[in-house]
Amino acid sequence: MRLAAIAEALLTPHGIDRYLELVDPMLVRREIRGEVTAVEHQTPGTVTLTLKPSSAWRGFRAGQYVRVSVDIDGVRRTRCYSPAGSQHRDGRLELTIKAQGLVSQHLNRARPGWVLGLSQADGAFTLPEPRPEKLLLISGGSGITPLMSMLRTLADEGHRGEVVFLHYANTPDDVLYAHELARQAPNVRVVLACTHAAGGELSGFFSREHLAEAAPWYAGALTYLCGPAQLMDSVRAGYDSEQLSEQLITEEFASSELVIDESAAEGTVRFAHSGVEFPNSGRPLLEQAEEAGLRPEHGCRMGICFSCTKVKARGRVRNTKSGEVSGEENEEIQLCISVPAGDVEIDA
Amino acid sequence: MTGLQDRLTPEQIEEFGREMDAIRQRIVADLGQDDVDYIRNVIKTQRGLEVAGRALMFAGFVPPAWLAGVGALSLAKILDNMEIGHNVMHGQYDWTRIPELSSQKFEWDTMAPAENWRHSHNYIHHTFTNVLDKDRDIGYGILRIDPAQKWHPYYLGNPVYATVLAFIFQWGVMLHDLEFDRVVRGERKWSDPELKQMRERMARKAVKQVGKDYVLFPLLTGPLAPLTFLGNASANLTRNLWAFAIIFCGHFPSDVESFTEEETENETRGQWYLRQILGSANITGGPLFHILSGNLSHQIEHHLFPDIPARRYPQIAAEVRAVCEKYGLPYNTGPLHKQLWSVAKKIVKFALPPRPRQTDGKPDTLASDRVSAAA
Repeated sequence: MRLAAIAEALLTPHGIDRYLELVDPMLVRREIRGEVTAVEHQTPGTVTLTLKPSSAWRGFRAGQYVRVSVDIDGVRRTRCYSPAGSQHRDGRLELTIKAQGLVSQHLNRARPGWVLGLSQADGAFTLPEPRPEKLLLISGGSGITPLMSMLRTLADEGHRGEVVFLHYANTPDDVLYAHELARQAPNVRVVLACTHAAGGELSGFFSREHLAEAAPWYAGALTYLCGPAQLMDSVRAGYDSEQLSEQLITEEFASSELVIDESAAEGTVRFAHSGVEFPNSGRPLLEQAEEAGLRPEHGCRMGICFSCTKVKARGRVRNTKSGEVSGEENEEIQLCISVPAGDVEIDA
Repeated sequence: MTGLQDRLTPEQIEEFGREMDAIRQRIVADLGQDDVDYIRNVIKTQRGLEVAGRALMFAGFVPPAWLAGVGALSLAKILDNMEIGHNVMHGQYDWTRIPELSSQKFEWDTMAPAENWRHSHNYIHHTFTNVLDKDRDIGYGILRIDPAQKWHPYYLGNPVYATVLAFIFQWGVMLHDLEFDRVVRGERKWSDPELKQMRERMARKAVKQVGKDYVLFPLLTGPLAPLTFLGNASANLTRNLWAFAIIFCGHFPSDVESFTEEETENETRGQWYLRQILGSANITGGPLFHILSGNLSHQIEHHLFPDIPARRYPQIAAEVRAVCEKYGLPYNTGPLHKQLWSVAKKIVKFALPPRPRQTDGKPDTLASDRVSAAA
């Protein structure tokens, strides 16, 4: 677009968005923002926001996530959420957020008209094309959102394959999207499991019996899983023991506990651009950098959003998610889940 | 014993450092929404003035409109460079994690690319403040501003160089990063890859800056192009003269001290604070004057705490001054005209070869003052 290029040249060095946003924050062309158009509280302690994204938004695929930023007490905070709507829906974005943690609690107070910062959608937790004939979706609590998006997307596509949706909630009152789940097309079977009360078709925590009950054919189908760490761990263990782990696709929004051995920490961490150096404390690099007064850009703090990706010039780091130790030079690492093993230099 | 370490006893300097740290801690703990609102308001004002200035150029055939346009654009550039750019690039708002307020991402409306400047200014000048042969802001590689700089007939041109520098200040600041004087003296190679990178950044930035002020915006105004060109040049010039005046008053008035590398070796935190105070000078004035100077009118506070938001400097100035008085330290301040006059006298004085009294080769520290006072 030639006109946009001329506008950028005229508005150098600040760029067009820095002027447009003063007229209306939603006019930005490069950055993405979302204006809250509707707020609904489906259950106590959750909020469902409908957002209208600005022009740079390129849409998403069911299962992906977006980074949402808000300024709280002057500090920009970012967290990832999976849109719950169909990917085919008129460009609007629906987020259901549990009031847990700083950003989510803040968003639970959102009102129509609020403008939030957004990123493009990201993530590989998506359905294959063509859509599978048989699908098992398992979620717990607010982990329902990416799977709700899949269900709605499949419905919009007129998908005729067999879908079982196994959802865990504490009590029947905690089930998000309960009304919609109750009236699904005949090819979709919704199985509710309540962990802390009677009321669902199943009760208690995830077990092999639940699997056999909900989708006896699970061994021959793809399974998508998203929910609290405890649910994730037990489903994973179940699939592992049957050598079915390749059929299980997961998305984590609650990180599993990091295993960190601080007593074994050694070496020096150096941030080359700022010249800041400090002894390795054995904590993830992001935390160490912050303790040393640096403010690296970051998002989820659990290795999913890649906001804190930096180039590691040299040294070895352990990825706390995969446990892998890597010593490659000039390799991109995520500061929030990388623990230095000895001397490390970061190009930042 | 040298001047710097001689000033306070080791116990005093430690206590003094603790008092400075305490001021800093108090401000850092108090940072919040007000600071962000403040800088956002300044940015809003700056953008508004800029848009108004550019728009008025379309009515440039009416002299008052042209003049108002130059005024608005000058103010916009001054705010952009002083209260916004300089301070944001010091990392004063990095704690907000807001990308457009990030020291690493900000770019300002002047020739010097932010990345080059962050190195020469934030790192070199602020770490080695007024240390001879280390702080390249002493004389900017072209002027003799300190008795310890060896005199050479070249320096007879001191007042001329300073005047020219004032007019083309934004270019001077950009070229300063090249350490051109060191290249001429053969201390640095022109082909040095780091220098090459720096030159490329400069070329890119200069093309953009010249492009918008002297090509695109004039062209947009059609037949008024020459007037717009002249208006934009005037705004750049106004900003240059203003920035030069404020910045030269920060370190070059008389009684500001400089130091040798030896006396700053193994400096403690307290001694570092002390050096910042002895090496800087403030300018008195009203709130608007402070904003337009980027609060560099509080150069002393800025040098003590370069990374806390500049709007906080006036809030702590009285306290810093009281601590200085308590320890018998100077607190160099005065109105703009007085500080400027002092700088001008110095520029003329050091253009001339040193009188015998000044040939001790020592920098202008307390020690040499004391020797001359005793003489």
